[in-house]
Amino acid sequence: MKSSEKKVVFIQGNEACAEGAIAAGVRFFAGYPITPSSEIAHTMARRLPPLGGVFMQMEDEIGSLGAVIGASISGTKAMTATSASGFTLMQEFLGYASAVEIPCLIVDIQRAGPMGGMATRPSQGDVMQARWGTHGDHPVIALAISSAAEMFNLTIRGVNLSERFRVPVILLSDEVIGHLREKIELPDPEEIQLVHRKRAQGPREKFEPLDAPEDGVPPMACFGDGYRASGYTSMIRNQLGDPSGDPKIQDFLMRRLHNKVYKHLDEILSWEEFHLEDAEIAILAYGSPFRSAVRAMKTAREKGIKVGIWKAITIWPFPDQPVRALAAKVSKIIVPEMNLGQLFYEVERCACGRAEVFPLQRVDGNPITAQEILKKIEEVR
Amino acid sequence: MANIARLACRPSVKRIWCAGCGNGTILGAMVRAMHKMGLDPDRVAFISGVGCVGRASNYTDFDSMHTPHGRTIPPATGIKMSRPDMQVVILTGDGDSVAIGGNHFIHAARRNIDITLVIANNMIYGMTGGQVAPTTEIGDLATTAPYGNIERPFDICRLAESAGATYVARSTTYHVLQMIQYIERAIRNKGFSVVEVMSQCPTQYGRMNRIGDAVEMLKWLKERAISIERAKALAPDQLQGKIVTGEFVNLERPELSEEYAKLIERARNRENQRNL
Repeated sequence: MKSSEKKVVFIQGNEACAEGAIAAGVRFFAGYPITPSSEIAHTMARRLPPLGGVFMQMEDEIGSLGAVIGASISGTKAMTATSASGFTLMQEFLGYASAVEIPCLIVDIQRAGPMGGMATRPSQGDVMQARWGTHGDHPVIALAISSAAEMFNLTIRGVNLSERFRVPVILLSDEVIGHLREKIELPDPEEIQLVHRKRAQGPREKFEPLDAPEDGVPPMACFGDGYRASGYTSMIRNQLGDPSGDPKIQDFLMRRLHNKVYKHLDEILSWEEFHLEDAEIAILAYGSPFRSAVRAMKTAREKGIKVGIWKAITIWPFPDQPVRALAAKVSKIIVPEMNLGQLFYEVERCACGRAEVFPLQRVDGNPITAQEILKKIEEVR
Repeated sequence: MANIARLACRPSVKRIWCAGCGNGTILGAMVRAMHKMGLDPDRVAFISGVGCVGRASNYTDFDSMHTPHGRTIPPATGIKMSRPDMQVVILTGDGDSVAIGGNHFIHAARRNIDITLVIANNMIYGMTGGQVAPTTEIGDLATTAPYGNIERPFDICRLAESAGATYVARSTTYHVLQMIQYIERAIRNKGFSVVEVMSQCPTQYGRMNRIGDAVEMLKWLKERAISIERAKALAPDQLQGKIVTGEFVNLERPELSEEYAKLIERARNRENQRNL
């Protein structure tokens, strides 16, 4: 398609997220008001009904993700959006969605915290909460977002990944991106690739809800499909979906849930590289600090410092192998984050001495600037 | 509708309820009510929470969901709103529905969403070891109230009524035919319906409060039960220790999923006019 035919819009990040969700086929949204995510709810409340979709404002964030799970079990692509303590309240059902294999999308527009913090200022304080916030071992996929265009495109990707692997997918954005207005090019709807969960097939008598094929993702019997689906229990359960106290079954289920994500990293991990060919210093950036990193890289290169950027998009599962390869290529890695070191330690773990890793942390509620990154580059070079 | 026994207990599942527990009576009553109504089992979503009675959904042969503790209503809301053709029924306990799940309970009643909530109220947390519940009577003993409970219990039916439920009834595990009738009316009601069933937990409540075994507890429920009509003639102090049974609310009010269908129509019309 010629680029001239593409639709260009000037849009807010949160609105782009909602539009991406609609393009991805999301037809159920439940949420609870919280700054700086509320515009996603506003847009969904206006956009979904004419499409025959459902918007629910629930009594709290627990209820919001619960309703999303109910809609997803009924075969509807569903999502919620939240921030800060709202994301914390969702952790219980996030664990349920992960354990019981319910596709759903959770958007977290991170704000300066903890708790009330500064509701209209950004942070990246939920990186570890996204990974380990809910109890017990569990797989989760989280994508970091750095532009309004990604709010659109990665929302679609997030929905697709959740449908493909029957996992909750978390979009980690922040206040800067949520409230940023910028020009984005919308893809032709016909070009958008949509993924739908595998549905149960064949006679009911032969259907076993937890019988997973080789890829570890069992076909899903949704409510009303006629399978009298029995596997949606938070208990450890066997192939038939019946609760079980057998350690072997517990072990098998735990490992299958883990492996269905960790054995498909080629489908899940994504990142972008900028000017790394000759780089001695890499900025490993994700989310809104990536934008400042671009400016810092350009200025540094004008000064003759060989700097490149490794932009993480999938942050959970953490891209171990690609970051190891990066550490083998450059001598220094700077990790700018709006927290007191969350992804930094993951990078350091993978670099494992092959490259020196330097944190650049800001937690005053202001975005990390290009000048700060440039200063750090000059400091460590 | 297929075999009642099969609907209430899938043969592959191990059942964990104690001998003499009231849960089986209540689950049986629910399935009998649905059978009597001729409901298509493929169009029933059966949801339960956590606790002894929470296991019920695993036993049944419907589309079933066993939610986190206290969270039956939010997924039920999502199911009803995306599949309004499904009959959504919940079997929950007193702790599950009005302690940890109390917020969802009042809001579902306020919304009058077409969900039927059957509450097995045994006035105690059975599975976790006999702890005090928000339904335990003052003075009763529990493992976390060894000197006697001092907190006033909820009247679940009055709570449901004041929050907006459009069908509210109370029965006991002794009054099985009445219970089946109330559950049937609750499912038929297009709106949020609550049936509270006073039930026996001989293992925890009965033993700790020296009421006796399951038979003694059923007698105890029978003796304490008084119909709503007879209760009207009595003064509040004469109702001390009584279980008032009957239908407290049965009225029509706009139901959420039906109202939402109208909202979709309105939104579509507005969109069409804008596009003209």
